[in-house]
Amino acid sequence: MSAEERDQDLVRLDAAALLRLYDTGEVSTTDVVRAHLDRIHATDERIGAFVRTLDAPALAHAADVDRRRTAGEHVGVLAGVPLGLKDILCTKGVETTCASRMLEGFRPPYDATVVERLRDADAVVLGKTNMDEFAMGSSTENSAFHPTRNPWDLARVPGGSSGGSTAAVASHQAPLAIGTDTGGSVRQPAALCGVVGMKPTYGLVSRYGLIAFASSLDQVGPIARTVPDAALLFSAVAGHDGNDATSIPEDAPDVLPGLDGGVDGLRVGVITEFMTGEGLEPDVRARVSEGVERLAALGAEIVEVSLPHASYGVSAYYLIAPSEASSNLSRYDGVRYGLRVDGPTTEEMMAATRGEGFGPEVKRRIMIGTYALSAGYYDAYYLQAQKVRTLILADLAAAYERCDVLVSPTAPTTAFALGEKVDDPLAMYLNDIYTVPSNLAGTPALSLPAGLDSAGLPVGLQLMAPALHESTLFRVAAALERDLAFDVAPPGLDDAMEVTS
Amino acid sequence: MSLSEAQVRHVARLARLALTDEEIDGLGAQLDDILSYAEKVGQVATVDVAPTSHPYPLANVAHVDEARPSLPREDALANAPRVEGNRFHVPRIVGEEQ
Repeated sequence: MSAEERDQDLVRLDAAALLRLYDTGEVSTTDVVRAHLDRIHATDERIGAFVRTLDAPALAHAADVDRRRTAGEHVGVLAGVPLGLKDILCTKGVETTCASRMLEGFRPPYDATVVERLRDADAVVLGKTNMDEFAMGSSTENSAFHPTRNPWDLARVPGGSSGGSTAAVASHQAPLAIGTDTGGSVRQPAALCGVVGMKPTYGLVSRYGLIAFASSLDQVGPIARTVPDAALLFSAVAGHDGNDATSIPEDAPDVLPGLDGGVDGLRVGVITEFMTGEGLEPDVRARVSEGVERLAALGAEIVEVSLPHASYGVSAYYLIAPSEASSNLSRYDGVRYGLRVDGPTTEEMMAATRGEGFGPEVKRRIMIGTYALSAGYYDAYYLQAQKVRTLILADLAAAYERCDVLVSPTAPTTAFALGEKVDDPLAMYLNDIYTVPSNLAGTPALSLPAGLDSAGLPVGLQLMAPALHESTLFRVAAALERDLAFDVAPPGLDDAMEVTS
Repeated sequence: MSLSEAQVRHVARLARLALTDEEIDGLGAQLDDILSYAEKVGQVATVDVAPTSHPYPLANVAHVDEARPSLPREDALANAPRVEGNRFHVPRIVGEEQ
């Protein structure tokens, strides 16, 4: 086997397979990390998944893992597994931009808790991945630096806002990546890129060092090509953190032992409103229905459930998230970090800085949020939206009396063309229709590939579970994944390789 | 409902966002669209429904009361666009017209 062929094989392995190979000593972490960095450098001019790679620190970490493993010293649970990190998590001394001009050159003075835990696990961070600016968007086109392309069709978006992370995993640049999900930003791009993406229960993964978008909704989640890999990454980063006041003060569910448990006897609820809605592509509905049939064939009991207030979820979300964002993003004032555009007075300096530093979508959301919170409107918008949140929680509680997990499409469509929705914010927001209820309720949800549409693009199937029921969520997903045997092999990937070879 | 140009400028001022005339024009129509859609929440959010501000009920979370080192001053200042001495530098505030 040539070195090139061997590298091609190494980048196709999932994290679990890499860990098995490391155990037997068949490959070194250095070889694996180098193969993935080579892959990134060969393909990323066309994919655009990364905003910056960290070759030297990644190779140094790899060499250290190899040394410790050879010496019989301690290595972490993800020792030597390459990973892409969304550029929204603070990395000490390493530029962290949120894909915004506002934070170009910002080198955080501390590491996010998630970053610390990844280092403790000895996952090797290959680089920082692209995203919609400040995580606001569903296509990654709002990055201030460059768009990311969908590896299945380079003319299409990868979804967003964690589109860099999902495109990296789909194009075999990394077996694992970290994303964040405020209204679907892990699950929707996972669906559009044909990979697995999961949003944990709110409070299970620390938000310390996560650059805030909407604090009552933001949650860090794992992205992988298999459900067991996603479960492994979830386990490495979840757990209580005293530095996050909203962190749940108990141990995270242990999701790994039950992964092979199957679905026999479990009740799966199909959400009526999410299988009939306007805008749902027939192919998406067909693949999700087939997924439900497979779950039934595997022994699950299928029940129909209704979430009568779910259709108000997007409305509530686009009041709550911008309101919280308008407050969170007030910190970008040209004083302590980030861009400054000079002005004669402090107020003019701040306005000029923010006018130049933020892109159109971020400005739009700050404007919505500022308006919704302004005098005379708070009761009509923000308060009403929070009441809808109560209604959706009640809908979900009623549904979970009749079933263990819920199933729906992740997004109403497969990947759309670059530029297609960029001038129609409301159409873009409706991508989130099936994902926002889990954020509003703080409950866990996962997207896994359910097959392809007639154009050869991946379809995402979403599973949802009650708060802290991650074990059931991963168990059902793993069973369905084994049955569907979806191959994450985007044809656009080979086109990208041909150009360079 | 519809947002006037003056309202858009007022909100931009509250948000400390310097916007161009083109941006003001575009935002007026877009905010109308988005807020009209968002207003749907009013159809079901009746007075008897309690608001939920947070998905997981936690109250009065406090750090253990023990002294810990804080961020060194040079680290806190390292990313500042302008520093004077040991301080963040900003344009004159006192005497500004309000």
